[in-house]
Amino acid sequence: MSIPLPLFIAVPLIIAFVLPMFGRKGKSAATALANMVTISLLVFAVASIGKTEVYEIGKWSIPLGINLVLDGLSSLLLLAVNVVAAAAMLFSVRYMEQYTAKSKYLSLFLLMVAGMNGVILSGDIFNLFVFLEIASLSSYALVGFGCEHEELEASFKYMVLGSIASAFILFAIALVYGNTGTLNMAYISKAIADSGMNAGLAFALAMFMAGFGLKAALVPFHAWLPDAHPSAPAPISAMLSGVLIKALGVYSLARIIFNVFGVSVPVGWVLVTLGVLSMVVGVFLAVGQWDFKRLLAYHSISQMGYVILGLGIGALILARNGRIEWAAMAVLGGLFHLVNHSVFKSLLFLTSGSVEMSTGTRQLKEMGGLGEKLTFTRATCTVASASIAGIPPFNGFWSKMILVIASVQAGFLSLAAVTVVVSLVTLISFLKVQRYVFLGELPENLRQTKENRGFMLVAMVFLAGLCLLMGALLLVPGLKDSILEPAVKVLTDGLTYSDDIIGTL
Amino acid sequence: MKGMTIIVKTISSWVKMLIVLFGIYIILFGHLTPGGGFAGGVILASSYVLLMLAFGKEFVQKDLPLALDSKLDCLGALLFAVIAVLGLVLTDRIFFTNYLYQEYLPGKEFELISAGTIPFSNIAIGLKVGASLFLVIFLLSTFRRETSANTKE
Amino acid sequence: MPYALCFLLFMLGLYCAVVKKNMVKIVIGIMVMEYAVNLFLVMLGFRVGGIAPIIDRAQYDPVMRQVAAGFVSSSVDPLPQALVLTSIVISLGSLALMISICIRTYEKYGTFDITQIRRLKG
Repeated sequence: MSIPLPLFIAVPLIIAFVLPMFGRKGKSAATALANMVTISLLVFAVASIGKTEVYEIGKWSIPLGINLVLDGLSSLLLLAVNVVAAAAMLFSVRYMEQYTAKSKYLSLFLLMVAGMNGVILSGDIFNLFVFLEIASLSSYALVGFGCEHEELEASFKYMVLGSIASAFILFAIALVYGNTGTLNMAYISKAIADSGMNAGLAFALAMFMAGFGLKAALVPFHAWLPDAHPSAPAPISAMLSGVLIKALGVYSLARIIFNVFGVSVPVGWVLVTLGVLSMVVGVFLAVGQWDFKRLLAYHSISQMGYVILGLGIGALILARNGRIEWAAMAVLGGLFHLVNHSVFKSLLFLTSGSVEMSTGTRQLKEMGGLGEKLTFTRATCTVASASIAGIPPFNGFWSKMILVIASVQAGFLSLAAVTVVVSLVTLISFLKVQRYVFLGELPENLRQTKENRGFMLVAMVFLAGLCLLMGALLLVPGLKDSILEPAVKVLTDGLTYSDDIIGTL
Repeated sequence: MKGMTIIVKTISSWVKMLIVLFGIYIILFGHLTPGGGFAGGVILASSYVLLMLAFGKEFVQKDLPLALDSKLDCLGALLFAVIAVLGLVLTDRIFFTNYLYQEYLPGKEFELISAGTIPFSNIAIGLKVGASLFLVIFLLSTFRRETSANTKE
Repeated sequence: MPYALCFLLFMLGLYCAVVKKNMVKIVIGIMVMEYAVNLFLVMLGFRVGGIAPIIDRAQYDPVMRQVAAGFVSSSVDPLPQALVLTSIVISLGSLALMISICIRTYEKYGTFDITQIRRLKG
C-alpha cells in the first residue's frame, strides 16, 4: 500500500507540538513517543522504496498548487535521513539525561527531522526554502543546547553564516521567479529550456551555489562547521554531520543543477574545483587536530568534497555529451558515498559521544588505553574508522573505488590521484585516533570508566551492522537496481524531470 | 519593572479591549480583507505588551502565567494540524483540502461564512502567533545589564 | 533601475554583517539583508498603474461566478505578496533566536565584542 507523502512531514510536526505539553513528570512518556515516531518514519521510508509519486496538496493542480514529489533520489535520501534519525533518537534516550529540558530537545529534534523530510520531498522551490529554514532554525537552537560558553559562541557563528546563506537563497529564488514567472520546479525547468540562460538566471545560479554551498560546508564557506559540530550534543552532531549538510546542501544543489537549470561545462568545472578544494583542505586541517570531535568535523568537510567531486565529474561528462555510462558511474559513486558517509560519520560521532560520557573529556591527549574498559565502543569505532578510511569489505571502500574508477575512465587521472592521496591521509588520522583513544596507557583518573549499555549500545551496533552490510547494496544486483540505480537515473536524465512530472497528471 | 502613573493605567485598561477587538476582527475577516492569522496574532500580542508596559511584569505574569501560554501555543498549532489532517481523512484522501468549501458548507461569497476551512485556520494561527510572540517578548525583557557584572566575578 | 538599488541595499547589509565587531550590529546587518530581499520580491509583482489584488463586489459577477476581465489585466501580482508574508515570519523567528543567543552570550562572556569571544580556535 502506498503511504501518503505528507505523513513524512505531518507526523513529526504534530508530535513535536504535542511533546512540550508533557512537562517535567512525563519525561519518559515523551521520550517513548518520540522514539516511536522516528522508528515509524523509518518503516515508512523503507516501505516507499522504488515507488514514484507526485502528490498535489489540497487537490489544486500544478502550477497553481504545491506538489510533493517522490522519485528515486528522494527515496534514497529519505532512507538515509530516517535511518540516522532513528539511531540518534535511540542514542539520546540515555545521553540527554545530562542536560535539562529534555522535552524541548525532543520537539526541536522532531522539527528538524520534519524540515529535512520536507526539503527532500518538495517539488516547489519556495516550499523547499520554507522547510530548509525550519530545519536550519531548529539546528541553530540545538547546537547551543547546553548553554555553556563555547556552545553559545559556536551557535552564534553558525547562525550568522546560516542566515546569510538563507538570504542568498531567497534572493536567488526571487530572481528565478522574476525571470520565469512560476515557482514549480518542473515548470521552471521548462521555461529555462525554452528561453535559455540570461544574465539574471546565471546570477541566480551563482547565488544558489553560494547559498547551498554554505549549507553543505564546501571549502570557501566552511568556517562554521569546525565550531558548530563539536559543540553540539553528540546525537545532534551525528544528525548535523550525517544528514543535515547533505539534505539541505548537496541534495538541493544537485536537484537545482541537474534537474532545473541543466548542466553546462562551467558549472561542472566549478563543482569539480569545489570538491577537490574541500577534500584536500579538510583532510590536511584534520590531521593536526587534538580534539576528537573537531577532527571528525574536519573530516566531514573532506568527505563532502568526495561527493561533490563525483557529482561534478558526472556533470562535466554530461555537459560534454560524453558517454552516459561513465557519467552514471561517477554519479553513482558520489551518491553511494553520500549514503555511506551518513552511516559511518554518524556512528563515529555517536561513539565519540559515548567516550565523552564515560570519560568526561574530548581531548585526545588526555585519553588512552580505553580499549579494555569500553569494549563495544572500541569495536564500533574501529568498524567506522575502517569504513571512512576505505578498507575492504566495509562500505567506504566500495564508494571510493567507484569514484576512482570513474575518474580514471573519464580521463581525469590527476583527480584520481588526489582521491587516493586524501584517502591515505584519512587513514593516517584515524590511526592516530585509535592509538590515542583506545591503545596506550590508561591514565590515573580514568581507571573507573565503565561501558555504556542500554539503548546507546543498540544504536551504535545497529549502525555498525549497516556499515558492514551496505557493501551489499552495490554488489547484490536486486538491491542495486531498486535503490541506487533509480537515484542515479534521476540525475543523469537531467531535464526530463519536468516531463515526468507534468506528464503524470 | 514597576508600572506607570495612574492615568496611564486607567486609559490602557480601556484601550486594551479595543486592541483585542481589532485583533479579533482582523483574524476573523482574513479571507475578505487583508490581514489574516499572522497580522491578527501580532495585534493580540501587542495588547499584552501594552499591559506589560503600563502595569509592570508581575501583574501580567499573574494574569497570564507562562505555563498556560505555552499550552495555548501548542494548542493553536495542534488545531491547525487537526484541520489539515481532517482533509486527509474525510474527503478523497488528499491532505489539506478545503473540505468545508467543497462539500459541507460553501456559503455565499463576500459573507463571513464563505471560504471553507480558511477562517478556522486563521483562528488557529492567530491563537498560536499571539501566544508565542507574547512569550518571546516577555522572556526577552528579563535581561538585566547588571547580571553580567555579577557572573563575571 | 529600482532592482539595482535593492541589490545595493543587500550589499550594504552584507557589508555590515561581515565588517562590524559588535554582535548586535551584525544581527542588524542580517536584518537589513532580509529586508532588502523582501523588498525585491514585492517589487517583482508591481505593474505600472495597477490596483490592489483584492476582489470586492464591484468586480464580481454573481450570475456567471466570474471576476471582471479588467481586474486580472490591471492588478498587481499577488503571489510575491504571499511569499513575502512567509519570509517575514521566518525572519521574525530567526531574529528572536539570534537576540536570545546574544543575551545569553553577554551573560557568559560579559561583552558584545566578537574579537573577545574567541575560545574556539584552530
